[in-house]
Amino acid sequence: MDTYLDRLNVYASRLVSQKEYFVPGHRACQGCAEALALRLVAKALGRNNVIACATGCMEIVSSPLPLTSWDVPWIHVAFDNTAAVASGIEAGLKVLMRKGRIPTRRINVMGMAGDGGTSDIGLQALSGALERGHNMIYVCFDNEAYMNTGIQRSSSTPFGASTTTSPAGTKVHGQTTWKKNMPEIAAAHNIPYVATACASYPFDLMEKVKKAADIEGPAYIHILSVCPTGWRIPPQSAIHAGRLAVETGFFPLYEVERGRYRLSVDLTKLRPVEDYLKMQGRFRHLTDEMIAEIQERVEKEYRKLEKKVEMTSPGSAD
Amino acid sequence: MAKPEHEITWRDLNVGYVVDEPGNARIYRTGDWRSQRPIYNPDRCIRCGMCYIYCPDMAIRILADGSIEHDLYYCKGCGICAEECPTGAITMLDEEE
Amino acid sequence: MAKRIGMEVSIAAAEAVKQANADIIAAYPITPQTHIVEHLSELVNNGELDAEFIPVESEHSAMSVCTGAAAAGARSFTCTSSQGLILMSEIVYAASSLRLPMLMILANRSLNSPLSIWNDHSDVMAIRDCGWIQIFADNGQEVYDHVFVGYRVAEDRNILLPFILNLDGFILTHVIEPIEMVDQEVADRYLPPYQPLYRLHPDHPVTMGCFGPPILFTEAKKAQDEAMNQTMPHIIKAWQEFGDLTGRYYNPVEVNGTEGAKTIIVTQGALGETASVGIDQMRAVNEAVGLVKIRLWRPFPFEEFRKAVKGAELVVVMDRAISYGGPGGPLASEIRAALYQEESRPRVVNFIIGLGGRDVSPGDFVHMVERAKARPGEWYEIHGVRE
Repeated sequence: MDTYLDRLNVYASRLVSQKEYFVPGHRACQGCAEALALRLVAKALGRNNVIACATGCMEIVSSPLPLTSWDVPWIHVAFDNTAAVASGIEAGLKVLMRKGRIPTRRINVMGMAGDGGTSDIGLQALSGALERGHNMIYVCFDNEAYMNTGIQRSSSTPFGASTTTSPAGTKVHGQTTWKKNMPEIAAAHNIPYVATACASYPFDLMEKVKKAADIEGPAYIHILSVCPTGWRIPPQSAIHAGRLAVETGFFPLYEVERGRYRLSVDLTKLRPVEDYLKMQGRFRHLTDEMIAEIQERVEKEYRKLEKKVEMTSPGSAD
Repeated sequence: MAKPEHEITWRDLNVGYVVDEPGNARIYRTGDWRSQRPIYNPDRCIRCGMCYIYCPDMAIRILADGSIEHDLYYCKGCGICAEECPTGAITMLDEEE
Repeated sequence: MAKRIGMEVSIAAAEAVKQANADIIAAYPITPQTHIVEHLSELVNNGELDAEFIPVESEHSAMSVCTGAAAAGARSFTCTSSQGLILMSEIVYAASSLRLPMLMILANRSLNSPLSIWNDHSDVMAIRDCGWIQIFADNGQEVYDHVFVGYRVAEDRNILLPFILNLDGFILTHVIEPIEMVDQEVADRYLPPYQPLYRLHPDHPVTMGCFGPPILFTEAKKAQDEAMNQTMPHIIKAWQEFGDLTGRYYNPVEVNGTEGAKTIIVTQGALGETASVGIDQMRAVNEAVGLVKIRLWRPFPFEEFRKAVKGAELVVVMDRAISYGGPGGPLASEIRAALYQEESRPRVVNFIIGLGGRDVSPGDFVHMVERAKARPGEWYEIHGVRE
């Protein structure tokens, strides 16, 4: 029996604004939890928002000329430069307001990209933007592979996952490397706010997005985006899969606010990773050995995270 | 752009092919995609609104009394609402034909 | 009253960008562009230029930042050379297809390999088809003037295309030339603040950069093609207005002694000044040689060029880049294309010179013309290579 960890917020759905800034008619797959995450992000940011988007699933499904799913200003330029384009928009609006050419008012600037466009090809631009300290939010929609081009592996693909370029073969059994820890890379830039989120915890996600928007300086949010098509799960299980990712410690939900680590969901005990792995086709080939290896590593990483929470809590010796 | 795609000429495009009709993708009927449709039982519904929150296609509306309504123009029949409903007020039925 | 000041051309270019009231400067250091950007950062940090100076982490990001800023409605500037240009070239094509005005100063430098920090045109020739308006400056004054012309042309509602100002690396960037600066009041009159046609702003949401399905892609490209093809009269008008304000009038093609000349040399960039001296030397011994300098590279000035070489029997084209496996140099192949349909066509001989900063003297031009006359047919050859 699943524990709905967001039960406290369960009745807040009706308080959420019904306005959509990412409108229906988009071409995402059935059950796409990335589209859901994007919908929630757009809702949380509201009208005063300019978005720079990388090439990827969300770009393709939302902008087929002559149609657009966007009710806020939005630009797509290329795959690898989201953070740089967002930097340009941020700086452009800033200087135009300073010179009095447009009225001064708060406008959120957001860069959004997938895992490929963030931790692989877009990493340089992201690092540069974070280092320069632009006042912007960067959201990585992580569906753990290059889904739009046909489910190829990225550095965000979890160990053991079968993708079209890391297939479960007879000699090599899927992805051979551990998932790159992008939130930690972002945190290493000493930016004021880093958070992980998942659409299965919608209110947590929206709160984090609002927090990120309110903070002055760069903010990074990493959203685990369940992809039924690429992960080989039935579309209706998308939300359930996201919960399992969090409950098993595979994808911990946490924030790093000015260096202080805080868990969003404090799990007293991690569910066995098998519960999460066994429900997905991309992990179907895993041997018991590999599952044990994954279990060990997930626990290790989770303990490291708990240690960081402890070390950075107020009152602890810095 | 009210014209069908294959009738749009190069002169119809804005400079830089900018689309200046925000959200005009609303005309696209994603409801044609589905092979299952949601069936709603308002008597079992506890008005929690979670189906509304979890729909990736914004195909659920919360009505004034808290009950919901599916927008079959967009609903892709993914079944998330049925799966997530805590009381089983939504079930999925195969589309005929 | 404007007076002429001896100034390093890079500094003059930066001063022009300041006078043009640029909003965003995004650039990455690369020899020989460095002095331009260094001076701009000084101007910003001393409060002389109110702009956001963005020290990007690569040229690719420099162009991306400019694209984002231009889309938001800001007047953007970047500057690069060689490897940096090729690195940013992915986005260079996007900037023009998105019809975003901005200015790039390109300090022409050779492409690797071997690594060369010195001047030739292999960098700009690699992006011929990028859809930007492109000009070649011949001297420091032209560089300075074309910062204003560049923004004026790019931001013109009838044009709305980004602009590349080419200047030869080291040969122009690092030399001191006499520059007549424009009064700020004149600059402001010539160049009003940028009024974008579309901007990224929540008050009027637009979507820029959709993906183009096959059913519409051709139409989008046709629109871009038409846009480029219609720019010529507006560029000429912008030059005319500049001339009226400063007394310096520019044309797509500059001619020197082409009246009645049977042999004409064609150059682009600073080489033209050296060629002028070579031509004087040849005329001194009664050789009727003329010079045509191509200032406007894109859109290519077909009509003006054909007019300039009318009556010539031999056209000697100077290229600063090689198109491997092709018909020699890029400029020569465009010139042959320009002349192909003419009833009477001159012979076109192509020399590839000045690669990777190899010095070219006026005497070289004399030799090249002699060689071109002595050897029949159309061909290309790399001049001055040690065999």
